[in-house]
Amino acid sequence: MTALALSVEDVMRVLESVPDPEIPVVSVCGLGIIRDVAIEGDGVRVVVTPTYSGCPATEVIAASIREALVAAGAGDVRIETRLSPAWTTDWITPAARASLAAYGIVPPGERRTDGAQPIRLVARSVSCPRCGGRPTTQLSAFGATACKALYRCEVCREPFEVFKDI
Amino acid sequence: MSVHFDYLLRLADTSLVLGQRLSEWCGHGPVLEEDLALTNVALDCIGQARLLLSHAADVEGQGRDEDQLAFLRDDGRYRNLTIVELPNGDFGATVVRNLLVNAWQAQVWASLADSTDRALAAIAEKSAKETRYHVTHAADWTIRLGDGTDESHGRMQSALDRLWPYTAEFFVVDALDEAVAAAGIAPLCSTLEAAWMATVAPVFEEATLTVPGRSPFRSRGKTGVHTEHLGHLLAGMQHLQRAYPGGQW
Repeated sequence: MTALALSVEDVMRVLESVPDPEIPVVSVCGLGIIRDVAIEGDGVRVVVTPTYSGCPATEVIAASIREALVAAGAGDVRIETRLSPAWTTDWITPAARASLAAYGIVPPGERRTDGAQPIRLVARSVSCPRCGGRPTTQLSAFGATACKALYRCEVCREPFEVFKDI
Repeated sequence: MSVHFDYLLRLADTSLVLGQRLSEWCGHGPVLEEDLALTNVALDCIGQARLLLSHAADVEGQGRDEDQLAFLRDDGRYRNLTIVELPNGDFGATVVRNLLVNAWQAQVWASLADSTDRALAAIAEKSAKETRYHVTHAADWTIRLGDGTDESHGRMQSALDRLWPYTAEFFVVDALDEAVAAAGIAPLCSTLEAAWMATVAPVFEEATLTVPGRSPFRSRGKTGVHTEHLGHLLAGMQHLQRAYPGGQW
């Protein structure tokens, strides 16, 4: 078995360049789904926590990670799925939040941690990412991908997306 | 068939069949935003079912996988709650069912946090976050339509009257429930009723809908006794694997 030329830091640098397939301005690291990286012999083990159980991007993400690491010289790439602790939008990095905002997607807000949840859908109050205007209206609690909701700005009338807090 | 495996099928099949029913709304929602919402909920349900079926296959240890369990079992082998296999009806009936079932799922996921089956507890922890969102969505629409026009109120009340008797099955304890409770896999399903009722009753009240009383009717989907609707649903869902056995993307 030959020793791998990659270090954990190298692997993380490679993963920083692997985009989320549905929101390409954010990397898999920025999204906070990379939970652990280990060098094992001549291979790499990457532990990934999925965002949503039914997210169709999950398999594309695993394939992109594998492809990028193999291209960087990793012999064997093992991708492990870890469900617990469950992914939360709190794991999205500050840099990724800034990229989301610049891309026109309102980043997630503070998650409620006390366990109490409103039974009515109380929409988050956000400003329009294009014109900064308020008020804005939630058009749908769900959006074009599992992780987002759809809003409209009542000032410039443009629709925009908001990252759901989970 | 072990009780552990059979219990996992009850949870998995309920998520899968509800997800399949909700996916029928794809392209047919009353407005685009709600078309997206219902199919997003469907996607979460199917994702939960995939995790649960994969885990069930591991527990069974017969070399089957999630696809074989989903696509190669006939209706008599399905263990979903009967309510999820019923046809959707209109949008209002769909959200009433979502509220009833999603609120039950929320209680189930929470109750599994201390399960002796740690893989199941992890799936439940993940699913709980998604289900919370589904409950709020269904509750919001139940109130909006129940406390809406005469037409929407009448439709919501008749949907609730029709669906309510099927909720008794959520809490009926049978030998399998007792066995999984004794093994510490899940608490007795009857213990979830009060918290479930405390979730749905205030929503129906705000929606100006009348909650029907309990009748002697008991559906038995979780024991494998289904309505005629499940076979038709599976015929569509399983068509590809039945027509082209082992076919892959």
